[in-house]
Amino acid sequence: MDLVLQLLFTGIGIGAVYALVALGIVLIFRATNVVNFAQGEFSMVAAYLMVVFAVDLGWPYWLSFLLALAGMALLGVIFNLGVYYPLRHRSFLPVIIATIGASILLANSVLAIYGPQPQVLPGWFDTPGIQLGPVYLDSQYLLIIAVTVALVFFNYWFFEKTMLGKKLQATSQDKEMASLLGISVSAMIMITFIYSAVLGGLAGVLVAPVLFVSIQMGSTIALKAFAATIIGGFGDVAGAIIGGLSLGIIETFGAAYISVPYKDAFAFLALVLLLIIRPQGIFGERVAEKA
Amino acid sequence: MSAPSENMPIAVSVPRLKPLLLRHLPYFIGAAVAVALAATIQFDGYVHNILMQATTFAIAVFGLSVVLGLCGQINLAQAAFFGFGAYAVGIGTADYHISYWLCLVAGCLIALVAGAVLGMSTLRLGGHYLAMVTISFQQIITLVMINAIWLTHGPDGVSRIGRPDLFQSAQGYLAFCVAVLAIVGYTVWHLPDTRLGRAMRAVRDNELAAGVIGVDVFRTKVSAFALSAVLGGLAGGLFAGGFAYVSPDQFSFAESVVFLTMSLLGGVASPIGSAIGTGLLILIPEWLRFLKSIPGLYLAIYGLAVILIIRFMPDGIWGFFATAFDRWRAQTKAPPAAAALQLKPATVGGDIVLEVTGLSKYFGGLKAVDGVDIQVRRGGVHALIGPNGSGKTTTLNVLSGLYKATAGKILLDGTDITTMPPHQRTAAGLGRTFQNIRLFRSMTALENVEIGAERPGNTMIGQGGDAALTERAMEALTFVGLGSRANQLISSFSYGHQRLIEIARALAANPTLLLLDEPAAGLNSTEKLELHELLKRIAAQGLTILIIDHDMTLVSEAAQHITVLNFGRRIADGESMAVLRHPDVVSAYLGTE
Repeated sequence: MDLVLQLLFTGIGIGAVYALVALGIVLIFRATNVVNFAQGEFSMVAAYLMVVFAVDLGWPYWLSFLLALAGMALLGVIFNLGVYYPLRHRSFLPVIIATIGASILLANSVLAIYGPQPQVLPGWFDTPGIQLGPVYLDSQYLLIIAVTVALVFFNYWFFEKTMLGKKLQATSQDKEMASLLGISVSAMIMITFIYSAVLGGLAGVLVAPVLFVSIQMGSTIALKAFAATIIGGFGDVAGAIIGGLSLGIIETFGAAYISVPYKDAFAFLALVLLLIIRPQGIFGERVAEKA
Repeated sequence: MSAPSENMPIAVSVPRLKPLLLRHLPYFIGAAVAVALAATIQFDGYVHNILMQATTFAIAVFGLSVVLGLCGQINLAQAAFFGFGAYAVGIGTADYHISYWLCLVAGCLIALVAGAVLGMSTLRLGGHYLAMVTISFQQIITLVMINAIWLTHGPDGVSRIGRPDLFQSAQGYLAFCVAVLAIVGYTVWHLPDTRLGRAMRAVRDNELAAGVIGVDVFRTKVSAFALSAVLGGLAGGLFAGGFAYVSPDQFSFAESVVFLTMSLLGGVASPIGSAIGTGLLILIPEWLRFLKSIPGLYLAIYGLAVILIIRFMPDGIWGFFATAFDRWRAQTKAPPAAAALQLKPATVGGDIVLEVTGLSKYFGGLKAVDGVDIQVRRGGVHALIGPNGSGKTTTLNVLSGLYKATAGKILLDGTDITTMPPHQRTAAGLGRTFQNIRLFRSMTALENVEIGAERPGNTMIGQGGDAALTERAMEALTFVGLGSRANQLISSFSYGHQRLIEIARALAANPTLLLLDEPAAGLNSTEKLELHELLKRIAAQGLTILIIDHDMTLVSEAAQHITVLNFGRRIADGESMAVLRHPDVVSAYLGTE
């Protein structure tokens, strides 16, 4: 029982990271109808920026953190202008192929610059964690969970209560109508890319102390996040969060009770099974196309 | 639109086509020369390895040209399928000493089954899912290759892989691979002109329309995906024999990306493009070997190349030249002459062609169509009218199978089609056009209509050979007055003419009942008059038409029978003039005082 609680905590912690990245994917999908296959690389790049600032240059943790996120905002701008924007009038296939290209470009550029050696990033807190009854609560996992919860509320407030959030929603639902109402669609899409890149970066910076900072971390996280979005029902914000958390839990228990080397396979098996049984996901996406 | 005189057969002498095999003789001679060269020239080991790699990779990339180029479905796990073939040959010959041929066949079969199962689980859902699931699949296979040490030897890989006795020498084996490449290349080259190939292109261009004109969309996609997987498996099997050693890193996601880049660079739509892309991406890295000293730089350039190709050269190197060539050829090649179109609608059932009873379609709480009855008499023109939002188009979509009926029953010529998917309804004799035109935009007018003519159960195309299809399609295009422009691409036709091509596509299938969804929408007054003439000529041949339109002049002149819907319910039904004077109809259109 103690082990179960401990695994549950770890599962939720790692699941929260998947949820953050999944949230970024869903936001871009809702704004552009395209899945960004480079979303995981945003996390990877942010983690490396963090290593450069906090470890290599020895700058204060909080400053490095802010700089890394600022760097991600810039990357979001470049990504939109270089990858999505020129292709915005084409069908989705060229765009996703371009984002896959971008993902490979980002991962291997970092590899070329920094080398294949995995890096270590210390956690935010000096205290490694606290013992609460039978469960050991790792401080970094606690931080991840707290940030995720805070972001879910922020997201709700931002999209439902602010004018900018409502404009973003209008853009994602009907671009032509939004532009006729005087909303600058390209500005809204730019904001979405910046926000998603920062979200992805945040996930990367938070999870870096738990995992090693490596080139592969981006694709590993991204694939889990994709699975999370599908499990939650594509395009659904709440679904992405719940999908991410459940994947984290499935994976942690699978690794503890079944097999460690195949840890990464459980997420995909869960995904394929779900696609066969309930293709519209837990929360359901409207699939039909209008004639 | 055109004068009726164009409906007459045009007297143009058509040169007799030489038999297919004779026309393709240059290809086979070229292939034979390539095989002979591979078998006789003494290459040094380095050059031999490059040729071996290029030959086997090209076969795998042909697979992508089928699934992505022809059918528009993405496959990011080609390296995994390549790996199935390679490991089947590797483990089979090295560990279990089974015959090479058996292993090669087994590898292809494993790839086929894996591809079909993967496709069946995701292809209903569309592109994003497919991309994610194939990436996931690729990752699982890599994990298995690394961790299932009892089977795959893990990261050490499999060495001392055997070759068939017949091709023991490196030279003989290379010649064998080149021969396989030639055969596969020929098949993939001609696939677009076969029934399956046309179906794939239709699915790529417009899935919805493909279903409605009789293509089994799902089966076509699964076939394309499975075919691509088999070619991957075959290529992998040949690769394993050629290099005698395989290890998991040769079949990773990065390799899948390399295959994708090769295919995009050369031109995804054609095997020639695939071959060009494969050759270039194997040779260029050899010339730029110094780049390999920095890990990652190499793949970073690949990633950048993918973005740039997609942006600036979406059809690849070959596509760029082929488009220019096609444009030139389309202008010079005159279409063959055509006889007058014969419509012989099937007459199995009784006097009523379409019997709809209690048809309902609810979207959540919204009753878009609510208990509607329609009886369409054989040989007449029946109109379905109603104000905006009255449920007309929803009714049509339920009739053609794009929406599932919530309740009710649809009988077409005595057959219950209520639960059939669109392509089966088409096979049962239903033809339709769309309000917002849905043609296959990358094809010529003739090709569009040919796919329509290919409807299963079409009695007017004999055995369904290519010549019969072309003839039937030409007849249909001539019937609507566009015969002389048959070989032009859809994009070069005006809106009104595109509408006519859609009608020709439906007519070529020789349907029992033709559904026209607002055919007059967006047409100018001259075009509307010509449309009216065309409808008369269609009706004169005894084809039953169910038409939806707003244009009251067209409807009242063309239709003998009218059904009126409002708020999803039938408010009037009967002979045209009587219905149009019906007080409920007048108030629905003009409002009440």
